[in-house]
Amino acid sequence: MRLPILAVAAALLTASAAPARAAEPIKVGAILSVTGPAAFLGSPEARTIQMLADDLNAKGGILGHKIQLIIKDSGGSPEKAVSFAKQLMEEDKVLAIIGPSTSGETMQIKALCEKGQTLMLSCAAAEVIVNPVAKWVFKTPQKDSDAVLKIFQHMKKTGVTKIGVLASNTGFGQAGKEQIEKLAPANGIQIAASETYDKAATDLTAEVTKMKAAGVQAILNWSIEPAQAIVIKNARQIGLKIPIYQSHGFGNIQYAKAAGAAAEGVIFPAGRLLVADVLPASNPQKKLLEAYKHEYEAKYKEDVSTFGGHGYDAFLLLTDAIRKAHSVDKNKVRDALEHLTGVVGTAGIFKLSPTDHNGLGIDAFELLTVKDGRFAVLAH
Amino acid sequence: MARELLVQYLIAGLTYGVIYAVVGIGFNIIYNATGIINFAQGEFVMLGGMIAVTLHGFLPLPAAIAGAVVLTMAVGALVEMLFIRWLVKPSVLRMIIITIGVSILIREAALLLWGNGVRALPYFTGNEVSSVAVLGARVSPQVFWAVGVCLALVVLITAWFRWTTWGRQMRACAANRTAASLCGLPTRNLVTLSFVLSAGMGALAGCVVSPITQTQYGIGAGLAIKGFTVAILGGLGNSLAAVAAGLLLGVLESFSVSLLPTAYKDAVSIAVLLLILFVRPTGLFAARLTSRV
Repeated sequence: MRLPILAVAAALLTASAAPARAAEPIKVGAILSVTGPAAFLGSPEARTIQMLADDLNAKGGILGHKIQLIIKDSGGSPEKAVSFAKQLMEEDKVLAIIGPSTSGETMQIKALCEKGQTLMLSCAAAEVIVNPVAKWVFKTPQKDSDAVLKIFQHMKKTGVTKIGVLASNTGFGQAGKEQIEKLAPANGIQIAASETYDKAATDLTAEVTKMKAAGVQAILNWSIEPAQAIVIKNARQIGLKIPIYQSHGFGNIQYAKAAGAAAEGVIFPAGRLLVADVLPASNPQKKLLEAYKHEYEAKYKEDVSTFGGHGYDAFLLLTDAIRKAHSVDKNKVRDALEHLTGVVGTAGIFKLSPTDHNGLGIDAFELLTVKDGRFAVLAH
Repeated sequence: MARELLVQYLIAGLTYGVIYAVVGIGFNIIYNATGIINFAQGEFVMLGGMIAVTLHGFLPLPAAIAGAVVLTMAVGALVEMLFIRWLVKPSVLRMIIITIGVSILIREAALLLWGNGVRALPYFTGNEVSSVAVLGARVSPQVFWAVGVCLALVVLITAWFRWTTWGRQMRACAANRTAASLCGLPTRNLVTLSFVLSAGMGALAGCVVSPITQTQYGIGAGLAIKGFTVAILGGLGNSLAAVAAGLLLGVLESFSVSLLPTAYKDAVSIAVLLLILFVRPTGLFAARLTSRV
């Protein structure tokens, strides 16, 4: 009688001891618009973090823990983002949320993350996400105000003072437009015409005709949708030969390909990922950028984009913070994240602080152009 | 307003207009045969563009377009045979809900098949930057292709309904399905044919506008709404009226941009739709109700 009980007890002991040795996985949530109009952002982001998590887990994880990714596809809808955020916080009890992909969604769940004290590493661009600073909210893409300034610097240098502004009716488009309008007067730029178009627009001939009628010296378009390829085509088709500037949302070679010959000469600010191959060997980002580019392109058979890079940076910052905190306690990880400096990422070299939850400056941007159907650094 | 700008807006409007018109006609063909609004109409346009882009990978452009049209027609036939044909006296509401379901099904299948990337056929003549001068305005050659092909489609489909046996049979089926059936017409096959026809039209339109508008798995829904507006505006069932209504709506939208912020473009078209529904619910051109099709 006694022997079987002992055996059972021993079995129970070893059974309960085994999971204790292999530490519990760290749950990391992600809310990304893998499908829908912003799929250009969410799809490479989701693929990138999945690739990074698989790599890390194959090497034994972090502090002995594996990473368990829980990726939710919001389809770009703020309503879905909100319900996923609640689910990830309350049911899955994740350590952190990577994403959302768009600024509109991020602003919707910012307050939720603050209240639920859950780290959010947004992959969206708008400045308002981290300005004013919120304790639990971080973001990895460069600031849109810096993108605008970078463009204005080039306009000033080339003598452009009167511009037409086009923006899509999304969080990204509207936040960018606000920055353009705010920063233009101080930089001596006059906005002669300004239009907001639908994110699903398929023809913008009428809009660019309005720009032509206003007699602008350059067009500045701010959007992340396929419409940004249509803008350039339509402008060239109606015979507008003025320079066209795009936001950092143009950083996906698909857009340049979609616009074909019309894309030649378009100027836009972007991180250095797109020109990794032609960077000088002395550039501190070169090694990381090339490694990411080659692994991603080999694995998924599609061109790398800066958006996937934002997912890369979010994952990198989070894992670096866990390592630095040497803990999976969310308060300790947050404190460590806030003080990370000198982290080389895809968008730039991050220098986070309690007053800067983005950590990137204007030097994270390079002005790029399209030459012979490929991205190239704009000659100074 | 300067003349060249006027022409520029007008041509932009006509370009939108023919696209709306073709989708509107697609609605009408099926409406006439079955009395339902096929909300998967926009998906036929999307499928045409997507399949053509894929086929163009290894076929010359005309063959790719022909292939895309034929394959989309097959999809149209399949939709009818799988989801519509076997229903016994379905209510209109039930059939409409089925077509909405089909549209979602096709959209999601396209997402799985092609991913979320934006594709486009190459310009038929010239490239992205070539343009032709028209009365001082600059117009992409593709616009002529789109307008030309769409108008030719309208003429052909009208002639077909008027002068061919199948066309006449479909009109009979539209006028009175029971009577047509009693006269020995294969009404079920005619309904299938209506799906095939409207799928083919949508697909061809999807091909010619693809260089201008680009194609993505999700463009169907927006097109369906505009095409539906046009079909209602012209009077449901009247294809020529749909063309007029489509052009009218396109030009209206285009000129609204010149005066109002772009944000009001869709508001203008919906306001027109509401106004028509209040004032002339049978449509703008509803005088000849008896000779639908």
